[in-house]
Order: sequence, then structure tokens, then C-alpha cells
Amino acid sequence: MNDIVEGMLSAFRLIFSLDADLFEIILLSLQVTLTAVVIASIIGMPMGAWLAVNRFRFRRLTIAILNALMGLPPVVVGLIVYIMLSRSGPFGVLNLLFTPTAMVIAQVIIITPLIASISHQAIRDLWADYHDLLISLNTTKRQRILTLIKDARRSLLTASLAGFGRAIGEVGAIMIVGGNIDHLTRVLTTAIALETGKGEFAFALALGFVLIALAIIVNLAIHSISKTERASNW
Amino acid sequence: MKLTIRILAFLFILLINGTVNAAEMKLAVTTSFNNSGLSDILLPEIKKDLNLDVQLLVVGTGQALKLGRAGDVDAILVHSKKAEEEFISQGFGIHRREIMYNDFVIIGPFNDPAKISQSKTVVSALEKIAVTKSLFASRGDDSGTHRKELSLWKIAGQDPEKFDASWYRAAGSGMGATLNTASGMNAYIMSDRASWLKFGNKGDLKLLFSGDPVLFNQYAYLSVNPEKHSHVKFDHAQKLEAWLTSAKAQKLIGEYAINGETLFIPNANAKVN
Repeated sequence: MNDIVEGMLSAFRLIFSLDADLFEIILLSLQVTLTAVVIASIIGMPMGAWLAVNRFRFRRLTIAILNALMGLPPVVVGLIVYIMLSRSGPFGVLNLLFTPTAMVIAQVIIITPLIASISHQAIRDLWADYHDLLISLNTTKRQRILTLIKDARRSLLTASLAGFGRAIGEVGAIMIVGGNIDHLTRVLTTAIALETGKGEFAFALALGFVLIALAIIVNLAIHSISKTERASNW
Repeated sequence: MKLTIRILAFLFILLINGTVNAAEMKLAVTTSFNNSGLSDILLPEIKKDLNLDVQLLVVGTGQALKLGRAGDVDAILVHSKKAEEEFISQGFGIHRREIMYNDFVIIGPFNDPAKISQSKTVVSALEKIAVTKSLFASRGDDSGTHRKELSLWKIAGQDPEKFDASWYRAAGSGMGATLNTASGMNAYIMSDRASWLKFGNKGDLKLLFSGDPVLFNQYAYLSVNPEKHSHVKFDHAQKLEAWLTSAKAQKLIGEYAINGETLFIPNANAKVN
């Protein structure tokens, strides 16, 4: 119990002392996760919409697999990306292992199925409403997908935020592919793992509270930019 | 859509900026080197003297050797002589250079249920733990410390494979995480002295046994052979080796202390083996 109180206190001390190392870690956490969320959204949202409007043979199976991949174990993703990017692996020449880019790649793989699944769910419901209208207007598939994405944007925001939530708190994969190198690939979660290993629970908890605060701030910021939860908006 | 592209471009620039242009190299080190705090003393000096950014990957000896084999790091600093010699003989390194040593200690519950503190040798201490089946936390992660522990059990005529999980708990994690496990279970554990002294969650644990010459723990530096991996920064790795064995670095290592206790004893010499 004492550790938790002490952790909260040192979290405040850390933030108000404007510790340069802390801000470097926070910035990298945001940089890696936001990049991953944007890339995964660009891949996942159209994928979800495409699955909603198209009928093909293995549709049910594809959707089942996509849903199952939401639970992809990060450690396994990390290991596979590590083997791919290792010098003795197929993409070794790119020299990407132990860089922020490698961490982005791992996170994109982890959160794309999540964003695609939630997008698919939302767009499928909307498609049920829009089906007759869009068909009668003689729209192309591309136009249908774009319309659905546009009108489902609030639900798609939720999909992105779910992806952000999973990525910002993720440690297993980025520890393996990033290596937790000081001033290069150390992010909040790997720093927490490191401090826990040193038995410095208060400091680890302080970083944990910073991480939670960061997640709240990002969510609030996105809601306020997109003007959701306001009187005239839904 | 335009906004999305702009955001993407911005993030891409951020990502590119993340890569530094100064001379840099990657060094895989064992947890004890980093956890002890010695790296915080040495790295700034290396930066000052060699203008070299040494990026540390803190892993167990087993994984460090693996990273060296794959060419994912430029050099390694580890402590498991047998494995290091194998690394050299397979051509992954050119030579091993001894840098410093510290020692392993046996940590255990304050009241010492197996009464190991009066033991003459570490082997008899381990035997007492096995006979009384007192809780013992093992690294279980193929690290240098784990290999050392296994070799000591072997000398004691015991086979850890056959130990019952009711008292012998293989944590499968790093030194710090295993110390946390031992602290939580109030178990015996073998740790390197540096990690123990720096450890912040000692709980009811106490240093019970040390000083047996068998517990001597030699650290060695190995550059990855550029003939195996032409991309490794062999020049930087050699420069770092020269620096680590220099009088200045050896003095820094010897003077590093926590609570007045010296952690590492430098013993680099001109001999390259």
C-alpha cells in the first residue's frame, strides 16, 4: 500500500521537475504508438468496410480469423518481427532491428486486426441501414465504402482509440524488437518493466501513473478535436 | 484526406529524426552490468573520450551470445567462460578480453532456515538447502548466473532437473525479476553481488553466504567477428575494447562503490586470449 502512495507522490515530483529523460520517454511512447495507430487505421478501416459490403466464399471464415487475431499474443508478434528483422533474417539488410521503426511495425501488426474488427462491426450495422439507398443510387463499391467510412466516423474513432489503448500499454513485443535501449528505444512500458526488475517499485509505479495520465489526455484531446460528446453532436 | 496525409508526413519526419548521426554501436550486456549502475558511470565517459554512443541491450548471457551470433550487436560483455570460448571457436568472435570480475553471493531469508551462513563452502550451503528442501528461486533463463548455479549444483552431486517444484522454483526471468520472486516467497537465491546491493525490494532477505573462490565471476568483452558479419562496426568495437582495458576505465571500475562497498574488481591486462 505504501508503495502506491509513494508512487503517486513521485509521479507528481517527476512531472513537475520537468525531468528531461522522462519527457524523452513520453515523447517516444507517443511517437511510436500514434504512428502505429494511424498506419493500422489506414489499413484496418477500409479492410473492415470492404468485409462489410462484399460477399465472397470464405467471408465468414475471414471474419472469424480477423476476430481471433484481436487476441494475438504480443510476445509472439515481437518474436516473429525480431526474426524477420534480425541480421540473419530475411529483412536484416534494412538494419531496422532495435529502432523505433521496428516497434511501430510490431504494434501495427498487433492492433490492425483489432481496428479492422471493430470497424467491420460498426460498418456492418450502418450498411444494413444504407444498403437499399446506396444500391438504388447505383453507387460503385468504392463509393459505398467511402460513404460508409465517412458516416461511421464516430464508431471508427472508437476503433482507433481501442487500438491506441492496446498499443500504448503494450510491452512484450516492443521489448523484444526495440531492446529497451536508453535514449533510443526506451518507452514508458519498457521503462516500467526495467524499474520493476530493479525492485524500484515506487519509481515504476510513478511511470505507470504517468502512462495512465497520458492515455487519458490523448483520449480527451481526440474527443475535443473531433467535437464528440457535445450537445448537438452524437 | 489532406489532413491525414499531413499527419502522416509529420509522423514520418518525427520517426526519421529519431535516428542519430553520431558514431554509435550496439553492445549487449548482462543485467548485472546495467543494474549495478556501473554503466551510468562508464557510458558518459566513453561518449566524452571516444565520441561514441554505446547503445546497451540489457539481456541474459544466453541471449547476448545469440544476438552476437546473429550479428544484431557489434560486441557483447558477458560472464560465462565456457560459452564465450565456444563463441570464439565457432568463429563468431576473434578473441575474448577479460575486463573485470565480481562475485556471486547466496541470499536467503533473514532467519536462515537451512542454516547456510555457517557453511564452509558454497557447495555445502547448497546441499543444506536441498536436504531441508528450503524454497530456492533459480533464474532458469540460461543466463551466465543460471549456468553458474547449475554447475554448482552439479559439483554438489545434485541434478536440478529432478528437483521438485515444491521448493525449487525456476523463475525464467532476469536477475531483478527473480530477486523480486525470491523476496515475495522468502526464498534462497544466488545473485551477483552488484545486483543484490542495488536491489530496492530486499524485504526479509539477507546476504547469507559469500567469499568462496568458486563464486568468482569473470566478465569478458567480445567483439563480433567482421568476417562473419561484414556490417558490424568492428572499428568502434575495438576502440571500446581498448578504452575498457585502459588505465582510466579500469580505475573508474575499481572505484565504483555502493554504500562504500566496491562492486567490481578490474583485472584487464595486456594479454589477449
